[in-house]
Amino acid sequence: MSEASIPSVPAAGSAAEPAVLAAEGLRKAYGAVIAVDGISFRVRRGEIVGLLGPNGAGKTTTINMVLGVLAPDAGRVTVEGLDLAAHRTAVLERINFAAVYSPLPGNLTVAQNLRVFGMIYGVARLSERIAELLEQYDLVRFRDTKSGVLSSGEQTRLSLAKAMLNRPRLLLLDEPTASLDPATARDMRERIRRFATAGTGGALWTSHNMHEVVEVCDRVLFLSRGRILLEGDPRALPAEHGKADLEELFITVAREPLSLERS
Amino acid sequence: MSPVRPRRVAAVVLRHFYLIRGSLSRVFPLFVWVGIDMVLWGFISRYLAAAGGFRFSLVTALLGAVLLWDFQARVMQGVTMAFFEDVWSRNFLNVFASPLRLSEYLGGLVLSSIATSAVGLAVMLVVAVAAFGLSYAAYGVLLAAFLLVLFLFGIALGIVGSAVVLRLGPAAEWFIWPIPAVLSPFACVFYPLATLPGWMRPVARVLPPSYVFEGMRAILAGVPAPAAGLAAGAALAAVDVLLACWLFRGVHRYAVRTGLIARYAAESVS
Repeated sequence: MSEASIPSVPAAGSAAEPAVLAAEGLRKAYGAVIAVDGISFRVRRGEIVGLLGPNGAGKTTTINMVLGVLAPDAGRVTVEGLDLAAHRTAVLERINFAAVYSPLPGNLTVAQNLRVFGMIYGVARLSERIAELLEQYDLVRFRDTKSGVLSSGEQTRLSLAKAMLNRPRLLLLDEPTASLDPATARDMRERIRRFATAGTGGALWTSHNMHEVVEVCDRVLFLSRGRILLEGDPRALPAEHGKADLEELFITVAREPLSLERS
Repeated sequence: MSPVRPRRVAAVVLRHFYLIRGSLSRVFPLFVWVGIDMVLWGFISRYLAAAGGFRFSLVTALLGAVLLWDFQARVMQGVTMAFFEDVWSRNFLNVFASPLRLSEYLGGLVLSSIATSAVGLAVMLVVAVAAFGLSYAAYGVLLAAFLLVLFLFGIALGIVGSAVVLRLGPAAEWFIWPIPAVLSPFACVFYPLATLPGWMRPVARVLPPSYVFEGMRAILAGVPAPAAGLAAGAALAAVDVLLACWLFRGVHRYAVRTGLIARYAAESVS
């Protein structure tokens, strides 16, 4: 894979500072089915953006394009101003992700998985970082346990620990709390919130739990049939569209998207 | 262009080392089957040598050929096994959405294969030499050239096999296991190329191992090994490695374009 030389990235906080993530005109079709239809959005440093929508709306397709495992038919993805297509490795060094459908290899122990992926992501002082993450994600007692025998909640915590290994500038989370009990889910939300408020990176988050989205996300994008239907503050958006709460708005997006397009 | 990072290559090797270290079912195949092959062909060679009046050492000719052919198969399987571990553990998204470059990933698979095939080679040599008196002295330094050609071709086969499975899905691994058996009649492991019918000879001539085994037989027959043939075999093997990498890269690009990696387990793209 050839890559162009990497342009310098402006310092954090400067006026010229690019968005952590900029997606411009992303489009992807599978045959006649258009999964994502020319969407554009940004994630800024310190911001958590919720990517919402019913099943099949194009959320995972969008995340896969940002992760570089799916090439868009049109449009481009830049991370801190670096074009993913031209600087794949440099961009992916700045990203990490956790997704319910992509658990870490179950035949390696927790510590082994973190070590292997820590090396792949070029993490400095890896042993210290692993110890820190095991502590933070309450995985110390599972250090030498095969990942495959962990409960789904423990596996999710491991996936999140792996996602934090390289202190990413962009964190992609596809339903990260789907299999966690309420107490652990709240704990994870607080950790990810702290990651965002630290100001070093931003996060793109998909979830079907609207209460969680209201609690965590600074901004939401509602996807429907591959297009961004609505965008705004999850706490203000429902009232703007005459709905009681975000869940009611979600159901409207899922069942009657045309009514929102007209409004 | 970002440079190849040895640490990322080492991560791929380390993953495989962790898996082998903790699993007897992965350790045994490294040497059990090749050890059994040595015993079986050792007795066959000994029996045939006693039955017929051969002008050369049948153990060296027959058992030596089996040993080299098994070595090449182990090299191929070393690459494919390391790749299949990512297939079986559904690890593609974690691997291909990471900064790991394809060259680093393939480099890690090759290094893993060097380690595992070296174990098999060592066990085969011990059994063949200790139990059946196999002597490679007749080949001299050319033995290193033979091993190099077979190693390169084994790597090429392993990368092609991995590309096929990446393209066709997990079930396609059953196309990969028989590859050495399918190639062996064309590779002239046990008989001269001249034995083959006309239509098989062009196939044999593009297979690097056929030059190795022709060279072995020439030395045993007391004539100098055809240096030009061996050089051609080495060149072919090197070209095959490059072609295999090119194929894997093409399949990976196709997989990224079609969404195959993201939906690999579903085998939804065929």
